[in-house]
Amino acid sequence: MAKSKYKTDFRVIRDQEKCIKCQACVRMCSNDVHYYDPETDSIILQEEKCVGCHFCEDLCPTGAITVKREIPEIKFNQHWDSKDVYNIIKQAETGGVLLTGMGSDKKFKEYFDHIVLNASQVTNPSIDPLREPMELRTFIGRKPDNINDELPPQLVLETPIMFTAMSYGSISLNAQKSLAKAAFEFGTMWNTGEGGLHQELLPYAKNVIVQVASGRFGVDIDYLENAAAVEIKIGQGAKPGIGGHLPGEKVDQEISKTRRIPIGTDALSPAPHHDIYSIEDLKQLIFAIKEATRYKKPVGVKIAAVHNVAPIASGIVRAGADFVVIDGIRGGTGAAPTVIRDNVGIPIELAVAVVDQRLREEGIRNQASLIASGGFRSSADVIKAIALGADAVYIGTAALISLGCHLCQKCYTGKCNWGIATQDPYLTKRLNPEIGAKRSYNLLRAWSLEIKEMLGGMGINAIESLRGNREQLRGVGLTEIELKLLGIKHAGEAW
Amino acid sequence: MKEIINAEGLHYKELNEKIHNTLLKDSVDEIVLENVVGQRYIAAGLNKKVRFIINGTAGNDLGIFMDGAEIFVNGNAQDGVGNTMNSGKIVVNGSAGDVIGYGMRGGCIYIKKDAGYRVGIHMKSYKENFPVIVIGGSAGDFLGEYMAGGVIIVLGLYSDKLPVGDFVGTGMHGGSIYIKRKNIDERLLGKEVKTKDLSKEDMDLISKYVGDFCKYFSLEQKEILNENFIKLYPYSSRPYGRLYAY
Ligand code: SF4
Ligand code: SF4
Repeated sequence: MAKSKYKTDFRVIRDQEKCIKCQACVRMCSNDVHYYDPETDSIILQEEKCVGCHFCEDLCPTGAITVKREIPEIKFNQHWDSKDVYNIIKQAETGGVLLTGMGSDKKFKEYFDHIVLNASQVTNPSIDPLREPMELRTFIGRKPDNINDELPPQLVLETPIMFTAMSYGSISLNAQKSLAKAAFEFGTMWNTGEGGLHQELLPYAKNVIVQVASGRFGVDIDYLENAAAVEIKIGQGAKPGIGGHLPGEKVDQEISKTRRIPIGTDALSPAPHHDIYSIEDLKQLIFAIKEATRYKKPVGVKIAAVHNVAPIASGIVRAGADFVVIDGIRGGTGAAPTVIRDNVGIPIELAVAVVDQRLREEGIRNQASLIASGGFRSSADVIKAIALGADAVYIGTAALISLGCHLCQKCYTGKCNWGIATQDPYLTKRLNPEIGAKRSYNLLRAWSLEIKEMLGGMGINAIESLRGNREQLRGVGLTEIELKLLGIKHAGEAW
Repeated sequence: MKEIINAEGLHYKELNEKIHNTLLKDSVDEIVLENVVGQRYIAAGLNKKVRFIINGTAGNDLGIFMDGAEIFVNGNAQDGVGNTMNSGKIVVNGSAGDVIGYGMRGGCIYIKKDAGYRVGIHMKSYKENFPVIVIGGSAGDFLGEYMAGGVIIVLGLYSDKLPVGDFVGTGMHGGSIYIKRKNIDERLLGKEVKTKDLSKEDMDLISKYVGDFCKYFSLEQKEILNENFIKLYPYSSRPYGRLYAY
């Protein structure tokens, strides 16, 4: 059988009238889509290599390039999608596992889009956040059982939005630097992921949550001491139950230094921590970290949202975690098998609601903060997650979009034209950390302002009062069981 | 200066607080802990050049995240000895439990007798840091799983049986494991490792660490080194390459 030609997923259209043959696209596209032929003095295209990152479109000084989606056609079929067909062809040729980047793009019900917010009308006044104080300050950590007891260590956030774990290795140092600086200046947290803390980011350590994952890369006592908080990573929404794998070719000198492994070796993170096979073992690691850091900082645990998420979260809180991070099925990744990303885990809206409910029923909700994450697209998603019970949220994909990402989902190739998911110096220098910091700061600012507006409309002047306040939410087009799990009423039902 | 702390009746938190406060005095370079009965996290995250003598049974996660201290245990140690340790030395004059040296990046662990399951998982070396585990007796299943660097030596001194369990070196992609036996059933090995005869460099490495081992436990080095060793090594530093369709 003839080896199939890969079909193109994009049409790259060059307007010949506008093109001045400056060849910027030829030089810049890391996927070698544009090619200059001196003989004919023309720019030729290899469209099948285009990943749809829209970089050349933005770059072209005369606006001559348009990149359009082109879905390879097969005969109309309700069951088989052309994507399925071409994936099988690719696997028939390679025998390999399909890889992907970013969060799942599969058509699941978007619960956030079936939830609406309340506002005050007549019976209670709304508040104008431009004229009246509006409190977004959020404290992450264990709260004492009695008001007179001493307050355990807390993280103080000026907005309930933090930047999620993205390791140096999965993203570039310039991308990490952008987020670190923005978090530092805004007064929120960023997270190292499982890749160590690069020397150059030490100035932003006051605002860093460091991760301890199964590979223990870069983890030593200085790393733990430098951090504001420590997060034990058990799993992530994009790939629950499976480990990580940074291929050796991406482990260059700087990454080697930060992860503290030799250049060129595969960085394998085993699926489980092999010193954690139970809640008791987890408790042991939590307290080992607390002992090593002399009980001075919150220690939390991150898990993927899976079927048993509520009882697991309860176990984690009872094991002594000061915060629990739940990452839903839309959670992003630098690289994951597509089949896992798109089929394992549960939506964050349901997960956060059932965890909050369970912890309340058990009377231990005060013992840990709840952080939700996994594909938050707007301030509306954030505020709904908080009303469903989260104390704060982590954003990852949205933060990267603020840095230029166009969701091409090819992060695993290491050729990100936007200088984000790559270590190639030619590409990373395109992302100026000063500008990146400004842009991601702007995102935090904009969402925070919007949250204040929405809160004001509800007549609430502190985010504290919205936490788990499900009366402010109503479902639209949800079934009874969905409403029950979310703990909300259907639109039309009064208080 | 030497300080003595009596651990009797102390919760681990109290004991470690005492140790911490004692170490605030710069002059202290040796701490003797008496009557230790399984208190956890002794010397956790300690990055000072001090010496500990532990009389009794050291609890879980002895020397976790430790960076530079030395610990001598006159007795047994429980699980997690030297977990994610960076540098330093732990000498156990007895047996130790499961998960010894997990994710260990440097330093040495010497165990006179046996160790439990999952010893040396994901050990890795980096530059001057080179982790070493020497076990006088036997080790349980999953020895050196995911190992990425450093050395594990198992001597099997106190029995004729094979001193390792199943799945030795599964997922191993760096470092080496030496077992003092003539041969090993390949079925016990992870599919990423192969056996090999020893080179002169291997022998030098073994004599160095077995030499230290013998010194700590007053054993005769010559007798131990007289017999055959098997070397296990990963035949690929990329056991998981070629898995993906790009
Ligand atoms: S820069 Fe991106 S969008 Fe433009 S041709 Fe290259 S891969 Fe396609
Ligand atoms: S980070 Fe880069 S490679 Fe990944 S989806 Fe965004 S633009 Fe594509």
